[in-house]
Amino acid sequence: MPAPESNGGPKVGVYVCHCGLNIAGKVDIDQTVEFAKTLPFVTVAREYKFMCSDPGQEMIQQDIRDGLINRVVVASCSPLMHEGTFRRATAGADLNPFYFQMASIREHVSWVTADGEAATEKSKALIAGAVRRVVFHAPLEKKRVPVNPDVLIVGAGIAGIHAALNIADAGKHVYLVERESTIGGHMAKFDKTFPTLDCAACILTPKMSQVRSHPNITMWTYSDVIGVEGFIGNFKARVRRRPRYVDEDLCVGCLECIEACVYKQAKVRDEWNEGLGKRKPIYIPFPQATPLVVVVDPEECIWFKTGKCKKPCVDACERKAMDFDQTEEIKEIEIGSIILATGFKTFDASRIAQYGYGKYPNVYTSLEVERLVNASGPTGGEVLLRDGTKPKSVAIVHCVGSRDEKTNKWCSKVCCMYSLKLAHLVKERTGAEIYNFYIDMRTPGKGYDEFYAKLLKEGVHFIRGRVAEINDWAIKPEEEGKLVIRAEDTLIGAVRRIPVDMVVLSVGMEPQSDAEEVRRLFNISCGGEGWFTERHPKLAPVSTFTDGVFLAGACQGPKDIPDSVAQAGAAAAEVLSLIDRGGVELEPNSAYIDEESCSGCRTCMALCPFSAISFVADKGVASVNEALCKGCGTCVAACPSAAAQQHLFTDEQVFAEIQGVLDYV
Amino acid sequence: MSYAYYPGCSLKSSGKPYEASLFKVFEAVGLSLDEIADWNCCGATSYTSVDDMKAYALAARNLAIAERDGDGGVDLVAPCAACYLVLSKAQHYMKDNAAIGEGIAKGLGSVGLRYEGRVRVRHPLDVLINDVGVEKIAQAVKKPLGGLKVACYYGCQIVRPYSTFDDQHQPTSMERLLGAAGAEIVDWPLKTRCCGGSLIGTIQEAGLRLGYILLKEAKKRGADVLVTACPLCQFNLECFQDRMSKEFDDRVDINVAFFTQVLASALGASDKEVGFDRLLKWDPPKPVGAEGGSHARA
Repeated sequence: MPAPESNGGPKVGVYVCHCGLNIAGKVDIDQTVEFAKTLPFVTVAREYKFMCSDPGQEMIQQDIRDGLINRVVVASCSPLMHEGTFRRATAGADLNPFYFQMASIREHVSWVTADGEAATEKSKALIAGAVRRVVFHAPLEKKRVPVNPDVLIVGAGIAGIHAALNIADAGKHVYLVERESTIGGHMAKFDKTFPTLDCAACILTPKMSQVRSHPNITMWTYSDVIGVEGFIGNFKARVRRRPRYVDEDLCVGCLECIEACVYKQAKVRDEWNEGLGKRKPIYIPFPQATPLVVVVDPEECIWFKTGKCKKPCVDACERKAMDFDQTEEIKEIEIGSIILATGFKTFDASRIAQYGYGKYPNVYTSLEVERLVNASGPTGGEVLLRDGTKPKSVAIVHCVGSRDEKTNKWCSKVCCMYSLKLAHLVKERTGAEIYNFYIDMRTPGKGYDEFYAKLLKEGVHFIRGRVAEINDWAIKPEEEGKLVIRAEDTLIGAVRRIPVDMVVLSVGMEPQSDAEEVRRLFNISCGGEGWFTERHPKLAPVSTFTDGVFLAGACQGPKDIPDSVAQAGAAAAEVLSLIDRGGVELEPNSAYIDEESCSGCRTCMALCPFSAISFVADKGVASVNEALCKGCGTCVAACPSAAAQQHLFTDEQVFAEIQGVLDYV
Repeated sequence: MSYAYYPGCSLKSSGKPYEASLFKVFEAVGLSLDEIADWNCCGATSYTSVDDMKAYALAARNLAIAERDGDGGVDLVAPCAACYLVLSKAQHYMKDNAAIGEGIAKGLGSVGLRYEGRVRVRHPLDVLINDVGVEKIAQAVKKPLGGLKVACYYGCQIVRPYSTFDDQHQPTSMERLLGAAGAEIVDWPLKTRCCGGSLIGTIQEAGLRLGYILLKEAKKRGADVLVTACPLCQFNLECFQDRMSKEFDDRVDINVAFFTQVLASALGASDKEVGFDRLLKWDPPKPVGAEGGSHARA
């Protein structure tokens, strides 16, 4: 391959970074620099302690200005870390930033190679490859695209609500999409929040009603996002609004229709109360539901089941809001950024058969007990067993579906604290003896450990040991008719049997069952367990690998309310920063088709994960939409006639790099 | 359909009624069992605690024979709980532990055998629940159990540590099968607790206590019969009732049979064919609706 003559012929500068001792502690820097000087086209080779520092960057710029070099190779950390830094430095000396190439001799060499000599040899090989490659680089321009200031937020729990209000208050328009018939999420089901024991409804419902009335928020409940396309700044989404058979604009939530329903008794399992109560086929989940608009459940409504009903609900509604002909509606929206706040689900306690959930009526999940202690719950806030009596003794079992090799390995983070909260509330309401069975108490957080200390003083019992089984096997007379907890008390080193009236299983948090579909829909990634993956665990905790898509709340991992709200605020800030930037620059690594060589086989089209390739019928060739192309290179690798090529990864660049390495080795 | 069959020593001796009734159950649902050639002792749990390499080599010889004589993948039915566990363990150790795997391969090689891991060790409960299915069992019932109150006992080895076909702590396959045959299942949460195992022969007080706990609770919950899928469990729980009665000054008296005996009986086999006569005691109430139903509870 002859070297190109552009820019007066290649003159390569090589800069080897010590990175303190990170690289220099392993790689022989002097030897590497001397080697670099011997490579073809290299006119300058230097070393410096920290190339990313200002003096390091100025060294490169000075050489460019002095006309010594017109290509730059920095051998240092990794492109993820500092490619941007050195491209900017290159551009700062009026050389096109794409005349820069990086050789990773830290992540790929010094950090992972035990032997110093081998590390030095490997560094030389990588530098030889980079030098050979940069010779074939060409000037490229980053493309700038505008950012649509409208925002889509998926999920209206506390995280989605908080982010929506932040963004809407800044004057931007938010589409807030929630699949349940009301916003509020899990938090709306709680009575009190830890560790302050302030009323969950009192702090959440004002925010819910702000969302409802905010001029900048379009709130769509009972709705799902079913399609997303586009890229940062320029997404299009399709939202399906399911019919609730009530006109949302007309209904004022007087609830006369529910009263009038032919079902005089509530008979349907009430999901909002975790099945502990009943509702009618026409219902609202709870008194502060937002919007306060009734829903008709077509699975249970006798009109939908039989086609025979006098529909007294219709007559009862003075505002003529009932609409049995309502059908689903598809909304198409254009937005520039997306926040996913799709939350979590709780662990299915019946998966641990030896705990007897679903078998013994008085074994409850923690979420069920949240509803029992809630004033608007099925018992009006009283803690009653299924037979209506008050429990005299209650066991709270921690880590159900958490920190467990057989179910979920992760700590769900919130259970210790909510178990303490429930212990306090149940004791307050019933005066029962409370036994907490825990593996470790995990109470880091402001005021959290103090809350634990408070509970200890309240006389709640704490037994350190994972519960082995829960059943009704009575050995002693005092165990008759009770649920018996068997657990090893690891502090006294003995197996204990504690008979109780009621068991609360503190179930852990899990990714939503449809997390995988949502992940695909928004083209983001998730870990093996299903939590959505952030771009960087420390430095980009609310971003994803898909630009313009952000995360908030427990869809990214177990979180309590303060953490969810903080993360929602961070996601809102990222979105507002993006909107204020007004536009985004796209990496010019897109693919392109050499029309001369394209046979029109369309192999590339089927493979493109971003649907960026279309077929130009009149020319009979494929064509890449550069705005959609993410530069993954799949089409380039697959093209049978090498017609698909990619900026920054042309065949000659890639082959030159390989050749450079091989020539040295 | 035919399954390879590994009886182990118990089913040819103390557990003879288990074998006889197992064959009757399989016959009734159109399955057959082909005993593998020249099988040897599985080593039981005793040998593994002395020399695990030799113990697993001993077990693996049976797997190698089954694989050699079968075509392709082989389903090997091992009804004895200990055999089932030891054979399964040998499979896992060979696969997961390179040193043990090589040692066993060497041992097998010395007698001209090799093992490639194509055998699936199956428990009869697994075959009946998953390959036959509860529905087919229900259809094949000729003499419904008429509400016979049954406590199903699994013991420790069938579902632990490998729970390949049922829950480790609260298995239900036996209940589903006998329920389909008309039994009334007694809710009895002790079904995977230890029966005493070999403690009966070594530290008898401890062994007797463990068995006593099981039988007393089953009786308290109204069971007429306790059924099991393990020859040692059956032996411990049936044969030491007199001694338990003396030891704990509490009359212990309950029928203990193999689950296959009760199931085969429901599927039409005679009392003699299923080996009720080989039990120390078999006097449960007559099925409701059967001839001489006067024994049935009101």
